[in-house]
Amino acid sequence: MTDALIIDSGGANLASLRYAFARLGATTCVSAEPDAVVAARRVILPGVGSAADAMRRLRVAGLANVLPRLTQPLLGICLGMQLLFEHSAEGEVECLGILPQRVHRLQPSPERPVPHMGWNCLHTAEVDPLLEGLGALPYFYFVHGYAAPVGPFTLAPVEYGESFSAVVRRANFWGVQFHPERSAAAGARVLTNFLRL
Amino acid sequence: MRDGQVVKGVNFRDHRVVGDIMSLATRYRDEGADELVFYDITASPQGRSVDRGWVQRVARVLDIPFCVAGGIRTVADAEAVLNAGAEKISINSPALADPDLIDALSHRFGAQCVVVGIDSQRTPEGYRAYQLTGDPTRSRPSGRDVLAWVREVQARGAGEIVLNCMGSDGLRNGYDIEQLRAVRAVCHVPLVASGGAGAIEHFAAAFMQAGVDAALAASVFHTGAIVISELKRALHAAGIEVRP
Repeated sequence: MTDALIIDSGGANLASLRYAFARLGATTCVSAEPDAVVAARRVILPGVGSAADAMRRLRVAGLANVLPRLTQPLLGICLGMQLLFEHSAEGEVECLGILPQRVHRLQPSPERPVPHMGWNCLHTAEVDPLLEGLGALPYFYFVHGYAAPVGPFTLAPVEYGESFSAVVRRANFWGVQFHPERSAAAGARVLTNFLRL
Repeated sequence: MRDGQVVKGVNFRDHRVVGDIMSLATRYRDEGADELVFYDITASPQGRSVDRGWVQRVARVLDIPFCVAGGIRTVADAEAVLNAGAEKISINSPALADPDLIDALSHRFGAQCVVVGIDSQRTPEGYRAYQLTGDPTRSRPSGRDVLAWVREVQARGAGEIVLNCMGSDGLRNGYDIEQLRAVRAVCHVPLVASGGAGAIEHFAAAFMQAGVDAALAASVFHTGAIVISELKRALHAAGIEVRP
């Protein structure tokens, strides 16, 4: 059995994620089959594109009802993290509802252009196996125009004009707003930690 | 990039081979570069799309953001490049030829994926966008005013703009701060300065005087004149937030 299954939500760009796991010596497969997802050791929910499109593809694949009932570790990345919430303002779409709260659009300002693209530091984080060994000021690469508020399931907030969730967790569901596959050593550490869950 | 080698010119002419793609990509990764941009400069002039084999080889070793440019003319071209492991695609000549491409790419992949590169020249009439700049014999003005084009590409869904100031490119006399400021004033998405970096203070000036979100350089890194880790330490000391 492969170390992790990457859900093929129909967006492009699964390659960089697969390469990142390959660099760590981990095996991955890509699938949108509900049976394969349920049977996987670990599940990655990536996401490129819009929330409405991604949710539509998950529903068509028969995954929208399957994902909230999974019991193995799941990691949502970027849009994949946002899909864990109740609702997204991006297309005003109902999401997976694993986490309460709603995803909103970042407000641009002259100093803070949107989409937010760049390296930001997590200044504080809860103790969690996903975030072990990151050191004092880990930088991660963010690319997004929407964000989830800081709430009861936030493990680490990040600041970009406003404070929003960079890392969330509820039970076996983790989510990161940044791209660990493109966040150099800090990102590789998060993926390594995920492979130990 | 041209024909499998990394090349660099001066004012977009007289390109010389500066090294092997893979060794440069791994070197920049290890030195702490925050993003790698890969331009297949002869793709558009030769009417083809960027070499996906190279995109894939570079993407396999890179653990930092990776933006790819060169002859991406359709949604299918872009999808192939993203599937090869790029994070973002940058379009320049194809966007000038078919501005609707920006809307189509942004709609399909999201604005965060779509970078518009603008090769800009100062002229007596103002700043003008050039096209097919990878081949000096075919490089020509597009007829578009840069500031109007910056506004238009944002309205069409560009998520980032790279402004290549052709007059300062490769000369290492500094970024064109005045031009960057003019573009910054109308640019509400991330703006990347490009063209002219020759010294550490040039980077600091682009951030502090022109308010850019990122600074791109080639010559000084290819030759080793500026080491990325030293540059970042100096920028940090100047009060600019950078990843260590």
